[in-house]
Amino acid sequence: MRYLLTRLGFYLVALWGSLTINFLLPRLAPGDPASSLLSRMTGQMTPAQLNSIRLIYGVDTHASLLSEYGTYLGQLAHGNLGISTSYFPTPVSTVIASAIWWTVLLGGVSLVIGFAAGAGLGILVAWRRATLVDSLVTPSTVFLASVPYFWLATAAVFILGIKLNWLPVSHSYNIDLLPAFSWPFIGDVALHAVLPVATIVAVSVGNWLIVMRSTMISVLSEDYITMAIAKGLSPLRIALNYGARNALLPVTTTAGVAVGFIVSGALLTEVVFSYSGVGYLLFTAVEGLDYPLIQGLLLIITVGVLAANLLVDGIYVLLDPRVRRS
Amino acid sequence: MTAPAASATPPGALGRGLGVAGRSARAGLARLLASKKALFGAVVVLLLIAMGLLAPVIAPGNPLAVVAPQNLPPSAHHLLGTTGQGNDVFAQVVWGTRNSLAVGFVTGFAIAFLGVALGLSAAYFGGWADNLLSLLMNIFLVIPGLPLLVVMAAFLPRSTLSVSLVLAIAGWAVSARVIRSQALSVVRRDYISAATVIGERPLRIILAEVLPNLSSLIASVLFGAIGYGIGSLAALQFLGLGDLSAVSWGTILYWAQNNSALLQGTWWQFIPAGACLALTCAAISMLNFAIDEVTNPRLRTIRERRTRLASRALRRRRGEQRQEEQHAA
Repeated sequence: MRYLLTRLGFYLVALWGSLTINFLLPRLAPGDPASSLLSRMTGQMTPAQLNSIRLIYGVDTHASLLSEYGTYLGQLAHGNLGISTSYFPTPVSTVIASAIWWTVLLGGVSLVIGFAAGAGLGILVAWRRATLVDSLVTPSTVFLASVPYFWLATAAVFILGIKLNWLPVSHSYNIDLLPAFSWPFIGDVALHAVLPVATIVAVSVGNWLIVMRSTMISVLSEDYITMAIAKGLSPLRIALNYGARNALLPVTTTAGVAVGFIVSGALLTEVVFSYSGVGYLLFTAVEGLDYPLIQGLLLIITVGVLAANLLVDGIYVLLDPRVRRS
Repeated sequence: MTAPAASATPPGALGRGLGVAGRSARAGLARLLASKKALFGAVVVLLLIAMGLLAPVIAPGNPLAVVAPQNLPPSAHHLLGTTGQGNDVFAQVVWGTRNSLAVGFVTGFAIAFLGVALGLSAAYFGGWADNLLSLLMNIFLVIPGLPLLVVMAAFLPRSTLSVSLVLAIAGWAVSARVIRSQALSVVRRDYISAATVIGERPLRIILAEVLPNLSSLIASVLFGAIGYGIGSLAALQFLGLGDLSAVSWGTILYWAQNNSALLQGTWWQFIPAGACLALTCAAISMLNFAIDEVTNPRLRTIRERRTRLASRALRRRRGEQRQEEQHAA
């Protein structure tokens, strides 16, 4: 419990840090994005809305940086992320709420499949180290992991989507279908997710594999493994119950980092597939210079990644009794 | 060893210690050169650097010049076809090497420098300096990298230098943490305490005593950071957030996407630049893999151990033969 509380404290500090970065970025920017935004929006916004933008960006106000900072934090505490300029007059929070579940779906499914495949293959290549399997699988996944996400996705779209026409290549579902909780719609969503998920998994599998392989190799050199071999246990049992079970523990700690990695990957994949998640939204917001939306998105993405990290810490406490006791 | 004995160590002892370190470093380097992974990585990286440097010779003329009709497929005249603007793709890929590698190297060195400076100071000074720096590292580690990059790139000017700066700010924490954890174990060794007792200045201890023991780790951090720089720059440029007037692999891919090269089936506009990117990143990770294997004995493959055992057995047998010959004589 104590461990979780210290972690929670750390994530709160990290949240505060990212809020501060979010607050300072538009103020440090030399181009003064806020003034151009204000001049564009003057005709469309009510004076109250304009005033709130002035406050968020610190334009024309004679307040000090510190009091601006206070107002900014106060607005956030009320859940006020401002008004999107590209989806005017929809509030930023509403725009983000419509996109976030698509990213959670894409990232969650890719994370689970990538972890299962990467850890499984990692166990295999560590157990059969320096054999044909190891020398084929390890370098090829490492190569895949070093291929830029967006380029692999582009190539997949070209070959599987356009040349062979096997799978849909854009959007999260067929726009002719009405979103509903029905089998045809769910099936369509699943079909549209195949390529994005497959490309994220293809590039993330290598990272899991490398971590799993090296922890598994060090676990396999432990004395209790030699003992298990000496006892004449079946190789499968030694590999899974004795080796993999202990090697998995340190691997779960990297899951937190992997969440951030998946989010970054999902951002690019969503752009390539025009998938309607937060990554694609961030891309369109940057293209349309929708600064309130950009800031809101960075905030939501950071909060999401921090929450996922806290969840991973919780799982770690459940898995490792040593953390609970200390 | 007791303290008086330590202080009585002749000055030559330090030099001998360094000599041993130098020998093991040379042995490591020799093993690195013998590794096929390292060889592949080094050859590819050197070839790419040569391609970037020799761009005016390989593909003379301005790569942004409109030289032919748009979207021509590859031919003898235009080896990799033309872009949607009628530029030569081959010339763009060759010239693009420069921008991609330059930003990658600048970012890589900046990150390695920041990582070494901050990671080492955190480990060496400890106390509140370590607490503060570690907190900072952990914060930057959990904030998702690419979204932060995208937002920073959206607000800051889009010159090559500012993009490198942005990449370094978003990416320094990984290397700093790796260096810190390794440096912590070095700093706790006896000879560092001895150097402190002798009265060496902190800067000298860090540079002359701690740093050489981290050289392989620093090399791997440097290569990792260069790979990160090249990959992230390409991603940013692909999203249209780099300096779009510069010719680089990322901007080639951006314009290909803009030209909807996929839907038109003009594959030559995005395959070559992407392949170069993938090859570069793969070569760099192979180099890192090789360094890891050389410096981490546990990861050394069994095959190598087998050959070493075999050669030792061979030597023993030869020795026996020689003895037998001597007996016979």
